[in-house]
Amino acid sequence: MSNNTYDAIVIGSGISGGWAAKELTEKGLKTIMLERGKNIEHIKDYVNANKAPWEFEHRGGRTQKMIEDYPVLKRDYPLNETNLDYWTNEKESPYVEIKRFDWFRGYHVGGRSLMWGRQSYRWHDTDFEANAKDGIGTDWPIRYKDLHDWYGYAERFAGISGNKDGVPILPDGDFMPPMEMNVIEKDVQKRFKDFYKDARHFIIGRTANITVPHNNRTNCQYRNKCWLGCPFGAYFSTQSATLPAAMATGNLTVRPWSIVTKILYDKDTKKAKGVEILDAETNKTYQYFAKIVFVNASALNSAWVLMNSATDVWEGGLGSSSGQLGHNLMDHHLGVGAGGRIEGFEDKYYFGRRANGIYIPRYRNLNGEKRDYIRGFGYQGGGSRQNWSRDIAELNIGGAFKDALSEPGSWNFGMGGFGETLPYHENRVFLDKEKKDKWGLPVLAIDAECKDNERKMRIDMMNDAKEMLENAGVKDVQTYTTEPVLGRGIHEMGTARMGRDPKSSVLNEWNQVWDAKNVFVTDGAAMASAACQNPSLTYMALTARAANHAVEELKKGNI
Amino acid sequence: MDRRDAISRVGLILGGAVIGAEFFVSGCKSGGSVNTDDLFNADTTAYMDEIAETILPETSTPGAKAAKVGAFMAVMVRDCYTDDDQKIFKKGLKDLNDASSKKYNKSFMEADAKQRTELLTQLDKEAKDYNKNKKPEDPNHYFSMIKQLTLLGYFTSEPGATKALRYVPVPGKYIGDYPYKKGDKAWALS
Repeated sequence: MSNNTYDAIVIGSGISGGWAAKELTEKGLKTIMLERGKNIEHIKDYVNANKAPWEFEHRGGRTQKMIEDYPVLKRDYPLNETNLDYWTNEKESPYVEIKRFDWFRGYHVGGRSLMWGRQSYRWHDTDFEANAKDGIGTDWPIRYKDLHDWYGYAERFAGISGNKDGVPILPDGDFMPPMEMNVIEKDVQKRFKDFYKDARHFIIGRTANITVPHNNRTNCQYRNKCWLGCPFGAYFSTQSATLPAAMATGNLTVRPWSIVTKILYDKDTKKAKGVEILDAETNKTYQYFAKIVFVNASALNSAWVLMNSATDVWEGGLGSSSGQLGHNLMDHHLGVGAGGRIEGFEDKYYFGRRANGIYIPRYRNLNGEKRDYIRGFGYQGGGSRQNWSRDIAELNIGGAFKDALSEPGSWNFGMGGFGETLPYHENRVFLDKEKKDKWGLPVLAIDAECKDNERKMRIDMMNDAKEMLENAGVKDVQTYTTEPVLGRGIHEMGTARMGRDPKSSVLNEWNQVWDAKNVFVTDGAAMASAACQNPSLTYMALTARAANHAVEELKKGNI
Repeated sequence: MDRRDAISRVGLILGGAVIGAEFFVSGCKSGGSVNTDDLFNADTTAYMDEIAETILPETSTPGAKAAKVGAFMAVMVRDCYTDDDQKIFKKGLKDLNDASSKKYNKSFMEADAKQRTELLTQLDKEAKDYNKNKKPEDPNHYFSMIKQLTLLGYFTSEPGATKALRYVPVPGKYIGDYPYKKGDKAWALS
């Protein structure tokens, strides 16, 4: 056995890659995790995590230099001074936008598990059955029962705080104690319940922040600085959770600066025999060999790796025989909602900074309702008292103005929708023939857009938000909407979808590439539909399930 | 600020004209290479300190000068402003002083506290009136810029965050129903 031979290779180290590494190593497989970017060591490398606001030269904002350097990231909130190093260098790693697509990436150990929003929701059979019922895309080869136990397994290890709300469309999980709603959220919840009864629900967010100590991790300290990296390890990330578990087995090797350029496909065995990498620092090429390859490079980059593999057999790459590789790109559409003012409660406040909000699960197009669009949406939001960045109409400048701004202002409540996008075949990524990245590798071109169904849904997303807030006693409700842009949800999915038939899907029911059964894709690429829930928990469950299957198949000699 | 905060912030913005908040989403040029002295010399920084102090003076809590808001403005205008906004800002500093000379026959630095307050109150009203009908492509009003930077610089400074506001680096817990009485300070972070 040469130095470059392992039992398993994991491509990528984000949420799903970390899970693959943990599961495979815990089952005894010698595993190498290949990460294209730099290493970020837990705690030690969270260089800004303990800084006070005044320690940032621009107080967390963005400079013109940053705006120049990050032409994509600047389009939304992620471009900021406090965690700039966690976002991909866009000049080194460009991509082509046939249509605007906001691709917010993290190329480093941990991937976007360091910056993610942490909202964690199970899917429901309604979601898994949707494509079949609507005759859209391809039917999911699995149902909720196939993931049920794996959701629980993922929740228990990751540590998801939440309340068992009994909402039919949003199955309860194995939760840690929920975070608390604040006083106005409780008030809005009460009015909401009085009005909607059990037809709609207003619940505390379910988040991957631990509320009790867990696996040598400290419970959440309510600093709300998660995306700087948490020195307490209080939210789930590769660094805080899966990586230490995998390292503890003694079976894991992590190799940063390793850009996987292709999966090495063996025509005779119809299996992968390993991968080829480009060392991002030295530009040298290496090969690694293994019995199993897990592809967890994030939805678009996992498609990129497949497209660059086995091109001597299939022009479009490994998994392209279905005609679906790179197609059916989905995201969640957002940037639409409402907000307003809450009267009263001047004698109330809150203590601590809760890195979580409230959630309104999907209620549209259920129980026989038929809108002029299919599928649905949920909302995230929260209530708070205004801070110093508010206008005080009667005061201009001076001591009284300063002292007034030093006190909290009125209570506000705001929420925004997350809508399902459909798997359109023509929404796709492909290899651009001309443009190259810093390493001379071909880059992705992205050609995807929201269509009629999403646009119609957004009208409800805006109007429903206003109506619900008004019905729950919120005053001066104002709505907002934006031109829907894919990518902005940072939930890329669907580019190597699971399915029941190799002619119409890239992966089978166990996330195995139909054309190479020892290659597993378990990140967002695998998704056959998008639902409207934040997807990462489902990636965790799918990955653990696929890893278990992989090891069973390996033992049986089937792969 | 992550996505959840961004969503909540939109709700906040909807609650009224928000000073300073747009900075976080639309941006605050270059960085580091140019010394602020090339844009603003020590006299100008002292002048900006006095303007800021007039907007947020010392009361029972420190004022903007103690929070070094003048130097902060210089850094922000250098690094975060577009060329156009830099020009508006610099011309604005001159305009403000000219307005003082015209009104009081004294430079702003020579004017007394009452005169300074009177002048800036007038400019604040002028800027608010201008902003009412301002289209996004219209140039910013210099006094709005000065005021935004003053508020941001002050309330995120150490004296502002720890003395005018309450700064708790590690809350350790969350209490959703916490008593508040008039006069209690707001939390420095959200």
